[in-house]
Amino acid sequence: MAVSTKDAPVSLTTLRGSVGRRRKEGVVRAIISSAALLSLLVSLGIVVALIGEAFLFLRDIELSWLWADGWFPRRNPPEFDVLTIFIGTIEVALIAMLIAAPLGLGAAMFLSEYASPRLRRTLKPILEVLAGIPSVVLGFFALTVIHPTIVQDLLGASSAFSILAAGIGVGILTIPLVASVSEDAMYAVPGALREAAYGIGARRRTVTTKVVFPAAVSGIVASLILGFSRAIGETMIVAIAAGATSGALRHIDPLTPGQTMTGAISSLAIGSDQVKSASGFNPFLALYFVGLLLFVITFALNVASERFVRRVRRDY
Amino acid sequence: MAIVASEASVRSTVEQALRGSKRDLRGRLFEAALLGSLLLSLAVLLALLWSVLQTALPVFAERGFDFVTSNMSRIESRAGVRQALIGSLLLIAFVFVVAVPLGIAAAIYLQEYAKDTKLNRLLIANIRNLAGVPSIVFGILGLVVFVQAFRVVTGPEVYGKSIISGGLTLSVLVIPIVILVSMEALRAVPTSIREAAYGVGATRWEVVRSHVLPYAAPGIFTGVILSLARAFGETAPLLLVGAVTGYLSPGLGGSLLEVLQGQYTALPTIVFSWSRQPGDEWRELTAAAIIVLLVVIMIVNAAAIVLRNRYERKW
Repeated sequence: MAVSTKDAPVSLTTLRGSVGRRRKEGVVRAIISSAALLSLLVSLGIVVALIGEAFLFLRDIELSWLWADGWFPRRNPPEFDVLTIFIGTIEVALIAMLIAAPLGLGAAMFLSEYASPRLRRTLKPILEVLAGIPSVVLGFFALTVIHPTIVQDLLGASSAFSILAAGIGVGILTIPLVASVSEDAMYAVPGALREAAYGIGARRRTVTTKVVFPAAVSGIVASLILGFSRAIGETMIVAIAAGATSGALRHIDPLTPGQTMTGAISSLAIGSDQVKSASGFNPFLALYFVGLLLFVITFALNVASERFVRRVRRDY
Repeated sequence: MAIVASEASVRSTVEQALRGSKRDLRGRLFEAALLGSLLLSLAVLLALLWSVLQTALPVFAERGFDFVTSNMSRIESRAGVRQALIGSLLLIAFVFVVAVPLGIAAAIYLQEYAKDTKLNRLLIANIRNLAGVPSIVFGILGLVVFVQAFRVVTGPEVYGKSIISGGLTLSVLVIPIVILVSMEALRAVPTSIREAAYGVGATRWEVVRSHVLPYAAPGIFTGVILSLARAFGETAPLLLVGAVTGYLSPGLGGSLLEVLQGQYTALPTIVFSWSRQPGDEWRELTAAAIIVLLVVIMIVNAAAIVLRNRYERKW
């Protein structure tokens, strides 16, 4: 075979294609990479905005206001007892996890280990629909159903709001998250591990609890941390059902109204826009400080859970 | 030794040992408990829907569709959700125009273009973290940046508390989620599709545009619609960027820019402020507003499910 040498010789330029196509390639790349970089800008914006404004708050207050007998932004002098809303937050999140951890993990185990593919397809949408319910709706449910039935009738509380009702509401909200993350982790455990256990005569319950659960444990821990972080950041349920919008004493009784970090931010946001407190200090500024604390806490929890998830990915 | 078991008794012992005791009671209980936790979630869901429906019934029975077409009012018998519904739909349209293109573009970059460098890994980790940041923190960002810093653009006459501010805040909140679901959908497209296109000399963008994107489109759209549904029900950030909770003047006229720079309210915000009013009438109104909210969300979700079932393909 003789190759005709009279045609233009193949060179790098001909292989590279037309200039127009390459230019287009460059333009597209520039556009979409800047879209990706935008997310970094957003994070930076959050950090700068929070730190900047929180600094203004800390500069203007007297530090003794941060340690008082409660959270009363509009008193004179104002009381910004951070411990009060921190306790409230942790309390709500713990109650939520008492609900979401067993129910979420149970549902995940059933879907991953017991349900046939067909049953799985019918049951999984329950969790998806529950995940799609907006949190204001759950807040209304917590206020009008959970509080009157469980907290008032069953436990005999007298107040119209309670930390407990809010916590249960947040727990219901968190179930789908815990279930879906931990189900992913259990579903990813290789079938060979299960078959090896069945091969030496293990029952399904033994396989689930002694083989699949330990193999997926980092993913399960990740789901719980993520759920906890979500519960800490949940706002609307607390704002509606926990009461104590004007302020709260430092206490740990879950049957009475209380205030959380998110609840404090939202009530500062809606009530006090232009109003200064009697002390002449604008309590509105406090929301940036609480926001910064909230951001730091949830950020740390999310990083921790990401670390656990990565461990699952590395193993299988 | 004289103890020699008969063949029959040995066989029955061995059989029994292999079979295990017939009734594995604990195993059954365990399974029932697992199924129970799933069914309990279902029961809660049903109880929620039932109680809301029951509370809302008087409103719809008395006023019918009038509730949906009335403006906000402080008088119980006249209050309606028209402005809130319009406000919410405008916000979602805004989010759709801003967040969806940006999110999909970023996902294409991260999944198809980006090499495994330190910067890109940082970008992805950062996006994951943003998706986990509480929504109220995004509200604070919106307050500082859109409402205060860019007041001149977002709404000089309403102190920056406009649809633009609300829409941008929700967009920033939704973008990380859109990026993550789109990346997931792009990842599911088999490499062989890309290699076939590269093999006939396509550039990277040509590969993405005419080969990868068409296959990933159903997945991307499903994810995008679900994130829009989430934005529709989001309340906390709107409280900070000033959705009106009390009375809103009925006028929603003027040019598009005037509408976008004007005051607004949204369905979930209405639900929140009404749920804090005392009295049974407001409670019923709140439940009715929730029904409207849930119906819109259900329509959106149903659209996503139809899309997914219609175009889902297995490789």
